[in-house]
Amino acid sequence: MTKIIVLNLTSDPPLLSVMRAAVSKVCEIAGFDALDTSKIILAIDEACSNIIRHAYKGKGGQSIRITCKIKPTKLEFILEDEGEPADVKKIKSRPLDEIRPGGLGVYIITSVMDKVIYADGMEAGNRLVMQKSIPKDKK
Amino acid sequence: MSLKISNTVKGKTAVLRIAGEVDMFSSPQARNAIMELVKQRVPKVIVDLGEVSYMDSSGVATLIEGLQLCHKYNGNLVVAGLRDNVREVFELTRLDKIFQIFQDVETAKANG
Repeated sequence: MTKIIVLNLTSDPPLLSVMRAAVSKVCEIAGFDALDTSKIILAIDEACSNIIRHAYKGKGGQSIRITCKIKPTKLEFILEDEGEPADVKKIKSRPLDEIRPGGLGVYIITSVMDKVIYADGMEAGNRLVMQKSIPKDKK
Repeated sequence: MSLKISNTVKGKTAVLRIAGEVDMFSSPQARNAIMELVKQRVPKVIVDLGEVSYMDSSGVATLIEGLQLCHKYNGNLVVAGLRDNVREVFELTRLDKIFQIFQDVETAKANG
């Protein structure tokens, strides 16, 4: 049976800490250990930061909806916003041998999560699906 | 949430203590504190992260910028006291190969 939690927040950076606390609990319920939980929190935080920074250009008060689905074998997060649609082809992580500030968010997201799917061709807003398998011994 | 930041400069070494969660909201505060020490061209900046319970890529970016600016005047910026989840961010982004990471401030003072 799938357990579902929906988090609605506005694109205001001080709210990210609230989101992190909620995602931490979701991971706990799904059965992840502390280290995996901290990595998943980081990935979701990076994705939300990207929405605020790129889809909403830093504008507060805009909608971010996070649907968390705890499935028998995996944890899934669906992030939806109503901001400027991203050009999915241009979303990529930068090489880590370039030592410079910034650009690490996408790398972190793809490194932590097992599957990352950006919805392409959205007329408005963005939709990002991220999945992480629940290790068998943790179910 | 805002960070709690303090620093002590003694001789050629500054210890910058940061406490709280470093994310896109709070990292500008950390950046300002580091830039203040960079402006003074402090030869060795030790950033004590012992009380940092969370750090995202904006926090890491702030530290990279500080390190690069310190290197420009032949100074150095090192980090100390990382909690497991913060160390994980450094390892994930392979910055553990770039930064000198010390167990605590005293060890950082004695080395590096």
